[in-house]
Amino acid sequence: MKPDASVQDGEPRVTLDAVAVSFPVYQGGSRSLKKRVLFRGSAGRIGRDANQRIIVEALRDVSLSLRTGDRLALIGANGAGKTTLLRVIAGIYEPAHGVVVTRGRISPMFDVNLGIDPELSGFDNIRTRALLLGIAPRAIEGHIPEIAEFTELGDYLDMPVRTYSSGMMLRLCFAVATCFEPGILLMDEWILAGDAHFMARAQLRIQGFVERASVLVLASHNLDLCSRWCTKALWLEQGQVRALGPVEEVLGEYSRVSSAE
Amino acid sequence: MFESDNRPGRLQLAAIDLAGATALWPLWVRLGWHDILYRYRRSLLGPFWFTANTAVTIVALGIVYSQVLKIPVAELMPYVCVGLLVWGFISAILQGAGEVFSGAESYIKQVRLPYLLYVFRFIWSKIIIFAHDFPIFVALIVYFGNWPGSVALLAIPGFLLLALNGALVTVTLGMASARFRDVPRIVTSLAQIVFLITPILWTPDMLGSRIYLAYGNPFFHLIEIVRSPLLGNPPSIKTVWVVLFITALNLIVTLVIFSRYRARIAYWL
Repeated sequence: MKPDASVQDGEPRVTLDAVAVSFPVYQGGSRSLKKRVLFRGSAGRIGRDANQRIIVEALRDVSLSLRTGDRLALIGANGAGKTTLLRVIAGIYEPAHGVVVTRGRISPMFDVNLGIDPELSGFDNIRTRALLLGIAPRAIEGHIPEIAEFTELGDYLDMPVRTYSSGMMLRLCFAVATCFEPGILLMDEWILAGDAHFMARAQLRIQGFVERASVLVLASHNLDLCSRWCTKALWLEQGQVRALGPVEEVLGEYSRVSSAE
Repeated sequence: MFESDNRPGRLQLAAIDLAGATALWPLWVRLGWHDILYRYRRSLLGPFWFTANTAVTIVALGIVYSQVLKIPVAELMPYVCVGLLVWGFISAILQGAGEVFSGAESYIKQVRLPYLLYVFRFIWSKIIIFAHDFPIFVALIVYFGNWPGSVALLAIPGFLLLALNGALVTVTLGMASARFRDVPRIVTSLAQIVFLITPILWTPDMLGSRIYLAYGNPFFHLIEIVRSPLLGNPPSIKTVWVVLFITALNLIVTLVIFSRYRARIAYWL
């Protein structure tokens, strides 16, 4: 999968080439070979590395390429490697094999509570959150009114965050994650547990910035959400790519196979 | 891999990490400060609980040990004070270093940030605590009237060297502890022993002919490079050389370990 020469410099995109990720399991060192579990399910395979340590092969030979405007849905059973793949794209796990090239600022949205200090006000937490996403302090101050408006939290932003409901936390987190026009937005589905009003606004916002040259990768079990938000889909099984293509095709095949099993 | 020639080497990636962490100073300054506030929020004295605690310890130990050791209080108490302040800084680093990556697991697994950012945040909060406590020493020398003179300024480069060593050892201990979870326990028990065998509450000349027990102790020199100038004497040439040697060694070990295993930290957590 050669990088596309037509993509101009500075435009966001993601390229993965033959990426493999495996986790050593140190606690499992005493397990005997006899007890070795051979998985027939859809989770990553358990194997042994050259030093006879137990490893979980979370991703194997994953290649993909995302261009400007692509919105990719990651689907697959629990443990198929969706979250691991998101973290590889985010640069959290540097793969032992294969190449990951990303261009553009990455805005991961995996944990609503990341860096949140419950005793501080909403405004202060917006600042911390934005710093965590790599925004310069000056740029943050300029965007605070806009973020405050999107959260619709009003006077609550002056209150300590521990008084917030989880839905309010989600709004704050989402507003910060999407305000600074991320080149690449990475989302885990469970984070999208907002009410209908919020979800509609969130979708509008995502469409907005994807149109402004960005990439979205969404890991989800919600096929309806995937088909509404995404243009492409990647079906992971046992850490390998089972299907990659336009969202309707992949989702169709996925639901056919899932209902047949 | 066909692209391997273009990929940055490990050393280069380590340098990128350092540059990135340095550039993110507004973040670690903020997080380090919050780390301190967090523990003392809604308490009346706030972070000054550290200071009150240390002050009481220093005065009590100064009075008792001046009797035990038959040294005038005016001489021993400032000595014990600087010794305890600097040791407090060292031991806080040794005891907390093991948690610097494993304690930041929620960050490391959710967002890509330079690993050294967590080290800077940690050292920064320890420096704040040290700076909080330092007025105790100023109060003591005002009270006893033994002003050290301009030689005290030599304590600044000394402290910077100490802090650099603290940062380096934090990287190594933090990584070792992320991989081998026994390391923090070992370090904690060793730190207690080091406190007792290092001249902090007592002076090295009390060892008599066995003064090498102090001179052979690297922690003695690490403390002395800050303590000596604050008490009015430039640090001995031997101390300066030992500290520079420790720094060089520390730098090499940390560089090797960090550049070799940096990418594995996320997998260990």
